[in-house]
Amino acid sequence: MSLETQSPVRAAEEPSGPIRHRRKLPRLAPLALYAAGVAVGALLSALTGFSLALTVFYGAVLGTLAVYAGSRAVEGRRKATDRLVTALVTTAFAVAMVPLVSLVYTVLDKGLARFDGQFFTNSMFRVVGEGGGAYHAILGTLIITALAAAISVPIGLLTSIYLVEYGSGRLKKSITFFVDVMTGIPSIVAGLFAFALFTLIFGNGIRLGVMGAVALSVLMIPVVVRSCEEVLKLVPNELREASYALGVPKWRTVVKVVLPTAIAGLGTGVTLAVARVVGETAPLLVTVGLITGTNLNPFDGRMATLPVFAYYQLTQPGVDAQAFLDRAWTAALLLIIIVMALNIVARLISRFFAPKTGH
Amino acid sequence: MTATKAPTEPPGQRTVRRPGDRLFAASAKGSGIFILLVLAGVAAFLISRALPALVAPAEDIPGGAGLAGYIAPLVVGTLLAAVLALLVATPLAVAIALYVAYYAPRRVAAALGYVIDLLAAIPSVVYGFWGLTVLAPALLPFHEWAAEYLGWIPLFAGPASNTGRTMFTVGLVLAVMILPIISAISREVFIQAPALHREAALALGATRWEMIKMAVIPYGKSGVIAGAMLGLGRALGETMAVAIVLSGGAAATLNLISNSSPSTIASNIALRFPEATGLDVNTLIASGLVLFLITLAVNMLARWIVNRRADFSGAN
Repeated sequence: MSLETQSPVRAAEEPSGPIRHRRKLPRLAPLALYAAGVAVGALLSALTGFSLALTVFYGAVLGTLAVYAGSRAVEGRRKATDRLVTALVTTAFAVAMVPLVSLVYTVLDKGLARFDGQFFTNSMFRVVGEGGGAYHAILGTLIITALAAAISVPIGLLTSIYLVEYGSGRLKKSITFFVDVMTGIPSIVAGLFAFALFTLIFGNGIRLGVMGAVALSVLMIPVVVRSCEEVLKLVPNELREASYALGVPKWRTVVKVVLPTAIAGLGTGVTLAVARVVGETAPLLVTVGLITGTNLNPFDGRMATLPVFAYYQLTQPGVDAQAFLDRAWTAALLLIIIVMALNIVARLISRFFAPKTGH
Repeated sequence: MTATKAPTEPPGQRTVRRPGDRLFAASAKGSGIFILLVLAGVAAFLISRALPALVAPAEDIPGGAGLAGYIAPLVVGTLLAAVLALLVATPLAVAIALYVAYYAPRRVAAALGYVIDLLAAIPSVVYGFWGLTVLAPALLPFHEWAAEYLGWIPLFAGPASNTGRTMFTVGLVLAVMILPIISAISREVFIQAPALHREAALALGATRWEMIKMAVIPYGKSGVIAGAMLGLGRALGETMAVAIVLSGGAAATLNLISNSSPSTIASNIALRFPEATGLDVNTLIASGLVLFLITLAVNMLARWIVNRRADFSGAN
């Protein structure tokens, strides 16, 4: 816990000039009070068997109270409340960071055990214990996500073009509204939709990679629409008008002027949308299922995908449970890495393809 | 929000519309309409597949208590987990947002904001892994303590689970999951609080907290509410984390710390669907339909709040 961050009072915000309450705590006083709080906390927790968590807890509580009381006595009520809130906000931030840090640490710690070449080159075909890998699942995830992107990006982009360049009246309003509503569809419901759609046509028991892609598209389209719409709105109107003035038809204006201007934002938006769906598990669980071998044809039977692979490795371990757990964690780590990489790519796109603003 | 309003028609409406123009406009409009059809299709296909379960006699439904009897405990579980998550996450998320926006040192703040955005993108299955392996064992002492000292509250009636895979743990996992979402949205609105208001407050001698209380919170309140509603929608529909962490029963109980808590709709589907056949499939889809309606209601409410804010925001 970095409690130091709250102690220095920023000079810029100190009232100066002829006002009555000029008295304030010495700069290092809060720090000293917190140190005292931690020391007393250590003693208190030693009474019931020393534990670091309790020490920090007592220290934070006692230190905050001490600073509040001290500040209240010296600086007055308002300043004391300010210090109290600062302490509370910082503590809450620190508390909230604990699980998030713990999560990242755990995944790294457990995931690195099997983060080896075999994991990337072997499938689970005829593997019952140690060894094996997620080759089939990685490829499956790539294929299905690419397919989902191939469905969602054209539809999403065209819709956002409609909303920004053409749309008006009731249709535009209802599309905007329902795209918003679509953003909130639970992923499992999207999976059930794809299942219902395909089983109605092909009969029960069908499992296809493309079903998963359709389910992911339902989740991805609204994200693409929203982000592309925001970006297209930012394209200055002068560009469009200049193009019209030169006699360029509207569709060429959109394709040759508006889209190239917005390309950085569009790329970022699409990449983030991919990142949003690449880790989805539930829709793939009900539509694509899982196999142990490698199937690269999304139109023929079950496929393996990374999230579903991780899920089943964790929840249905075989005889050699540790090997399954290791694979599950490595798959989880790989998922996080993919998502992070996509986020970073999105950032890079928006940095390097940003339009040269020259006005 | 800063909509540079596109001209609805290029100047000179009299000019002949070229075929390329017409084609492009039609395909753009077509995909807009396609999205509406997809959404209608989601509802229609779910209803059509849920229908057999809706009309089936009560004793054919798994559990033998009819469809309502099957879904009701799941709805209780879903709401319980989501509300618990929301109650835990919202105050923390607001604190994070305030910290990043107004307390953290300038140089760190941008990086922190970016890290939080990244955390919002971590797949839910990973949160499930973490909840099962780290959080559930870590919360065991609390379960025992709560059963002993808080047992008089129905929520903590016990008997305490000995695995920690309870509704309470699920609520906390979901809270950790939606924390980045709520705080990202809250941070956005907090940052947008008009600088003039903030500086005016400081210039009048307000402390930082008074400035936040007077200039930032009133401005960002509806944004926080909207973010919380989006988080609630996410928590309601969350599947994998719950499916992995919770080991529950089937009773509709509010007891958070025992092994008898009902599952949630989404996790129940994920757990049973792969092996389901016949009417089970229809029953599960019917429960999915209920989930769809619940999240639809929550999201519409959230949108309504957001849009209401847009009307009187001072951003432009």
